[in-house]
Amino acid sequence: MTRLLLFLTLVMAQPLVAQTALPPAPYADRQLDDPAQEKKAHELMLTIRCLTCQSQSIADSNASMAADLRSQIRERIAAGEDPEAIRAWLVERYGDWVSYAPTTAPILWPLWAAPALLLLGGGALAAARVRRRHSSKRKAG
Amino acid sequence: MDEAAAESGGMRRGFILWLPLVLFLGLGGLFLHGLLSPESRTIDSKMVGKPLPAFALPAAASNRPGLSTPDLTQGKPRLLNIFASWCVPCAAEAPQLMALRQAGARIDAIAIRDARGDVDRFLGRWGNPYQRIGLDARSAVQLALGSSGVPETFIIDGRGRIVHQHIGDIRAEDVPDILARLRAAQ
Repeated sequence: MTRLLLFLTLVMAQPLVAQTALPPAPYADRQLDDPAQEKKAHELMLTIRCLTCQSQSIADSNASMAADLRSQIRERIAAGEDPEAIRAWLVERYGDWVSYAPTTAPILWPLWAAPALLLLGGGALAAARVRRRHSSKRKAG
Repeated sequence: MDEAAAESGGMRRGFILWLPLVLFLGLGGLFLHGLLSPESRTIDSKMVGKPLPAFALPAAASNRPGLSTPDLTQGKPRLLNIFASWCVPCAAEAPQLMALRQAGARIDAIAIRDARGDVDRFLGRWGNPYQRIGLDARSAVQLALGSSGVPETFIIDGRGRIVHQHIGDIRAEDVPDILARLRAAQ
């Protein structure tokens, strides 16, 4: 009896704060049959930011809007669209915000240059140190 | 080495010694500011200023027709409300939409991830300010509009161009501003 009751409660369980009563879109949580296409779609999903849970990619998010976008991405890639074209389509609507992939926009040039500049600065500092130590040794010797 | 040169060298070394601490404190302050300042959660649509994307949606309610792009390019500015029957703030903004309707605004709507029975019940309970309601079962038009949630309200000018986006529920104090923008979109 307890088992039956437990089974029934499990079967009837509904999420308390469901966002919507509709079933998920067809390809929200179903992989494409072609593994190459699925790989392309999944790689894109990992770099598209969820609009509802803003610190997650749509690949990780359970939000219904992310599910709809996953399904749309899979369907568009299955139809032969290029992943970067889909990214551009989304950026056109939501701005750079929606993409986790770094771009080469001029505003990011300092960021790209930072490692090289830091390396150069560090190298110059080290070279100056070494030269000073040499010259002080020579003076002492 | 004369005294002045020695002094300036010492000052320079002193500056370099303090530099890492200054940088550390600066970065620490920046991170702390980023952590403590409230997160901005609104994502503006970049479609504002652009023409509406082409779409054709079936009817979401049993007593209102569906919605497609040509319905929104009839020469008169309109409000396009993005809502859903499962969305609580959408019910909260219902009286404001009614007030806008009574003030002469033409309002169409798109119901997101919804079902006809639920939309009918929602409108029966909170009132129906809409002329047309399209059903966007898979958020496709919502994504095409650059809308990131419900409720949102777009102002569309007579030629079908998006001129304004209101994110979140319309409060009573927002109504005059929306009416003014609607008039300006003539």
